[in-house]
Amino acid sequence: MRLAVLTDIHGNRDALAAVLADVAVRGVDRIAVLGDIVGYGPDPEWCVERIMALAEEGALVVRGNHDHAIAARDDAMNALARAAIDWTRPRMPAAQAAWLASLPLTLALDDILLVHASANDPGDWIYVTSEHKAMPSFRVSGARVILCGHVHVPALMSCDLSGRVRAQRIPMGRPVPLIRSRRWLAVVGSVGQPRDGVPQAGWALLDTGRNELTFRRVPYDTAAVAARLRAAGLPEELARRLEKGE
Amino acid sequence: MRTRPRAGLQIDGFTLGEQLHKGGFATIWEVTHPLHRTPMVMKVPTILDGYDGPTIVGFEVEQMIMPRLTGPHVPRVMGTGDFAVMPYIVTERIPGESLLARFRSGPLPLTEVMDLAARMALAVHELHRQHVIHLDLKPDNFLERPDGTLVIIDYGLSRHDQLPDLLAEEFTIPMGTFPYIAPEQYLRRRDDLRSDVFALGAMVYELVTGKMPFGQPETLRGVRKRLWRDPEPPRALRPEVSPALQEIILRALEVDPARRYQSAAQLLFDLQNPDQVKLTARAQKQARDGFGPVFRRWRRMRGLRQFASPPPTMSAQIDQAPIILVAVDLSPEMEELAERLRLSAARMLVLEPDARVACVNVIKTARIGIDQTVDEFGTNLHVARLVALRDWARGLDLDEGRLTFAILENPDPGTAILDYARTTQVDHILMGARGHSTTRRYLGSVSSRVVAEATCDVTVVRVKPADLAEEAEADVAPETAPA
Repeated sequence: MRLAVLTDIHGNRDALAAVLADVAVRGVDRIAVLGDIVGYGPDPEWCVERIMALAEEGALVVRGNHDHAIAARDDAMNALARAAIDWTRPRMPAAQAAWLASLPLTLALDDILLVHASANDPGDWIYVTSEHKAMPSFRVSGARVILCGHVHVPALMSCDLSGRVRAQRIPMGRPVPLIRSRRWLAVVGSVGQPRDGVPQAGWALLDTGRNELTFRRVPYDTAAVAARLRAAGLPEELARRLEKGE
Repeated sequence: MRTRPRAGLQIDGFTLGEQLHKGGFATIWEVTHPLHRTPMVMKVPTILDGYDGPTIVGFEVEQMIMPRLTGPHVPRVMGTGDFAVMPYIVTERIPGESLLARFRSGPLPLTEVMDLAARMALAVHELHRQHVIHLDLKPDNFLERPDGTLVIIDYGLSRHDQLPDLLAEEFTIPMGTFPYIAPEQYLRRRDDLRSDVFALGAMVYELVTGKMPFGQPETLRGVRKRLWRDPEPPRALRPEVSPALQEIILRALEVDPARRYQSAAQLLFDLQNPDQVKLTARAQKQARDGFGPVFRRWRRMRGLRQFASPPPTMSAQIDQAPIILVAVDLSPEMEELAERLRLSAARMLVLEPDARVACVNVIKTARIGIDQTVDEFGTNLHVARLVALRDWARGLDLDEGRLTFAILENPDPGTAILDYARTTQVDHILMGARGHSTTRRYLGSVSSRVVAEATCDVTVVRVKPADLAEEAEADVAPETAPA
């Protein structure tokens, strides 16, 4: 099975469209969306509508903290995120808001676990930013491959037979074999708001037949989205972030 | 690991036969599979009870790297086994022995050394082109196919440029085989393909002299000495060694990777063209350095943490040291084209300061019958062409060591250029195209054939016609003239 993994779309229509076009070109059997479809970006309704349609066709979708904050206020959010979600909330059609609230926090597919943040207490939205922070996910889950998002910076961790967790270098665009003597955790890069200094939309392709994971980047018109963001009256900082990818 | 290998064991369709070899870290078994008719072997790591990190990681690395390699210089992989049941790798069985026996019987006759060394360098370059640095090259890791092609095995310490380096995290001490390990490997660098060039140099030294250049140190302290202590020059041990061969060996064994051959292909090139090797002080060296220079090197090296970094990727590293073939047409009516070709070559050399240039000229021989190799005045055609070719290259302003010259003879210039490019691992062919002519439109030109069939980059240079009519006339004339 070839599984396209998208996460942290954040209402960025152009980035999502570019990624879905790339996904179509690569050819996949299934799509997984690891949450945060809304928040920050200027086109949350379009993005939710698109992902809902994909879910109808069998895409697997889990809930992110921004999706969660549409229905339930999240006081742990920083000011910028809260400002954006306060802008987003009233725009969301009731059906979309209800759908977001109904999403599960985790999903399992064979030996793969899908989750937005750390698999350890998924509703606590813990960032997996280091080997140390990845360890609890490996502990609570027996899955061979854990796929998550939330950080907006792609990362790959392996956990060997002795339980040692190691961050691995990611060769962008090249398949990494997920050797079976280890378990793996991939933090997939953000579609709609990358923060690793590369302003291109990120996604990942997991090929279970070949047992390989490929992190990919796709360019899109960041300036156009930044302009729409500014026109919508969203904070300037968010527009700058898209242009620089940080 | 739940299952242990034994004769008769069946796993994933493979049936184990006889145990062929038992090494420190793995056993090798003969295996059969109903779907594969080729003779095969299975390598199974010997994993100690409990957690045996280094062996496991080494085998993980082999399982990752080997299935990605292709071509005659690597064993073909038929299957790999899961650690959950029994880890293994099944490959085709290479019938011959490793080179170890030949190394033990050394020193070898020098012509044999040149041939064997060239085949070793070719195999290593093929590996580098597939993004793998072997990092544990030694005679035991070269097998020989019946046709003489060398096959490199044992990738347990290797590094693939585009895969995670699982070993970097595992080992805190330098890894490799002490007699052949490069100085930067001792300093724990795992990303420099020139480390393999060093190991090749150490092996060629051994083939020539029957001795290992740095002995057989048993401790890391002993390995470290090669950072300042130079080996005995080969010619001091075997006087009939040519200055060129000593130059080749000592250059491959330079302590600082920046002073070595920058790729296995460049080493191969010199092994194939020993008469054109630029000789330096290395070639003339008669004895090891005295106390003074060694002491100064020791003072400089003892605190050294790292040499200058190699380029970020292996492809970049190979590309930085390309071999450029310039095919020069020396016929009088092609003077302007030859001039343009020189300008293009010069421009290319500005961008690629580590490039080497092979200037090639083809003498077109008759398909049938005996060729005249001397002209009516008794001048040897071959020599005359060589002189002309050297004269052409004078305008390149390149130091001699980076320039070589070859006069090829072939009824078909295209074939000559393509064959030469293939055997010398050329990265880029630069050649001229004559103008347009009716003959060529129907018969095809040399340059179009080279562009179509070459396996490397090709740049074709043209002279822009000032006036089309005039150009057509000038162009057609020599070809239609009776030969």
